[in-house]
Amino acid sequence: MDKSNLSKKELFNLLQKMILIREFEESCGENYAKGFIRGFLHLYIGEEAIAVGSISALREEDYVVTHYRDHGHALARDLDTNSVMAELFGKSTGVSKGKGGSMHLFDVKKHFMGGHAIVGAQLPLALGIALACKYKKENSVVLVFFGDGAVSQGTFHETLNLASLWELPVLFFLENNLYGMGSHVENTRAEGRDIHSSAESYGIHAEIVDGMNVLEVLDITKKSLDSIRNNSRPILIEAKTFRFSGHSMADPAKYRSQDELNYWLKRDPIESFEKYLVDENICTQDELKKIKDQVQDEISKAVEYAIKSPEPSLEDLKKDIYA
Amino acid sequence: MTLMTIRQSIQKGLREALNNDPSVFLMGEDIGEYGGAYAITSGFLEEFGSDRIKDTPISEATFIGAGIGAATVGLKPIVELMSMSFSLVAFDQIVNMAANLRYMSGGQISVPLIIRAPTGAGMQLGATHSQSFETWLSEVPGLKVITFSSPSDALGLLRSAVKDSNPIIIAEPAGLYGVRGDVSDEYYEIPIGSASVVKEGNDVTLVSYGHGIPILLDTREELIKINIDAEIIDLRTLNPLDMVSIDKSIKKTGRVVLLDTSRKLGGIMPEIVSRIQENSVDFLDGPIVSVGSENTPWPYNKNLENYSLPNVDNVIESFREAYKI
Repeated sequence: MDKSNLSKKELFNLLQKMILIREFEESCGENYAKGFIRGFLHLYIGEEAIAVGSISALREEDYVVTHYRDHGHALARDLDTNSVMAELFGKSTGVSKGKGGSMHLFDVKKHFMGGHAIVGAQLPLALGIALACKYKKENSVVLVFFGDGAVSQGTFHETLNLASLWELPVLFFLENNLYGMGSHVENTRAEGRDIHSSAESYGIHAEIVDGMNVLEVLDITKKSLDSIRNNSRPILIEAKTFRFSGHSMADPAKYRSQDELNYWLKRDPIESFEKYLVDENICTQDELKKIKDQVQDEISKAVEYAIKSPEPSLEDLKKDIYA
Repeated sequence: MTLMTIRQSIQKGLREALNNDPSVFLMGEDIGEYGGAYAITSGFLEEFGSDRIKDTPISEATFIGAGIGAATVGLKPIVELMSMSFSLVAFDQIVNMAANLRYMSGGQISVPLIIRAPTGAGMQLGATHSQSFETWLSEVPGLKVITFSSPSDALGLLRSAVKDSNPIIIAEPAGLYGVRGDVSDEYYEIPIGSASVVKEGNDVTLVSYGHGIPILLDTREELIKINIDAEIIDLRTLNPLDMVSIDKSIKKTGRVVLLDTSRKLGGIMPEIVSRIQENSVDFLDGPIVSVGSENTPWPYNKNLENYSLPNVDNVIESFREAYKI
């Protein structure tokens, strides 16, 4: 990693958030096994540097729109850990009152606009939010996440075309983890694993970033946000990354080799960032342990909160259908 | 009162919305430079500018989705689909997004979006351009679906839709844009969810909406010749349904005929049959009669299309057979 000009506090913050996401996801896996969490559960383990690096560069007035593997983005956007965990437990204290679940996390006050579970469907939504920002002459940027799987959807191409045509403040963040569920991107895309060229064909500038390096992600996101705010032109960032677990809890990930997994495990975004911080004498082992202890404590409390929280009342079934 | 066409009353309502509320903007295929496939927005681009009258590419899923996104953060988009048949291209956005967002966000989000779409068969547009998916959309919780058969109702319902905070589908009967009628010069609204008694009568309740209403008006004239005094109810809203008006009328007449110019199978009428059965069966003197189009794709050929579409004779024959009149 390159030397960073960030303060120790800022660096610690990045690390703390990545560890929070990792521990949160580990806990989700455990609580899924225990039967507390049901439905489809998609873990973000391995991709933490992307959510933390990019969302840390946002301002309060900016918007986040994402896909169904959304816990990491939610926590990086400072959604309340207790309320996110309670949502996964289906409790009334959840961010979406227990009616959204893992794939549909929302916190409108924090401009966290979901959590969308139809692949690629969040892209037009993000486009519309950006259209509104420009219409209202606000200087906000919409950061929208999607995976390599979404690139096969028509909405990806339509949205890129319109964002470019209408010059809208959208930062497209492609999390290219190489697999759309069990299908390798080289089996689903005619032009292979490098997707950024699709953006260029719509007149959108594209950047490629190491999605396992939080500082690189942060840096390229900051530069891209500055450019979008100044020029009102969308940008696409393609992050190369990998999910360490299967597509969902139902997926043993038999379609990929141990060698491939090992290659990426060696580039664990948290371990490599910790090593950087220790090697550069920014952080001691004691300080690392302290961060982990604090995070584990926060997660334990979140699980306890979720368990103790009430179920929605049966009357809630018919609430919040209409405004 | 001013005499105008349905087209003109929609134009009046859209102009009002644009003039009264800066958060309102229009978006759709060929609504600007071209003036709209059915000339509803003719002249609007010059009047309101390209920020508020946005031409879109032929990307229904994405411009409907963009309307949803803009609505979630405080704008009031009125999006035009060139045909209700094209809603299929955007169904994921309309159903999974517009209708579900509020519920799955635990009430955090509202989607004050209007989608206007010309609908219905009868113009020899063939299978892909003649379908009436407002009936499918009527069963989606989170959406409201409205339609009309007169200029006055079109304006009053549009005004209510503009004030509503929910995603609303306006199914505009494409064959009725030229229908004329009086529109009050005083401001009025027509509440969503209220049917209207178009003509009062004591002997049979005739229920339809959109393209079905002119057929029922002619039916009523024919029935008068055999001393049958028919009451006509225009649903005006397909979701939520106004069963109170229907039940009240049946209580008076004891007979009911439902007419849908879209396909009889599925659609909104079977639901109304079911609810009449639950609510009003004791007041009926005979079976609930339901008349609709054939269960085929829409043909191009005029004779075949007319044969499929229900007409005055079909309604009268079905009624007389069921009630032995």
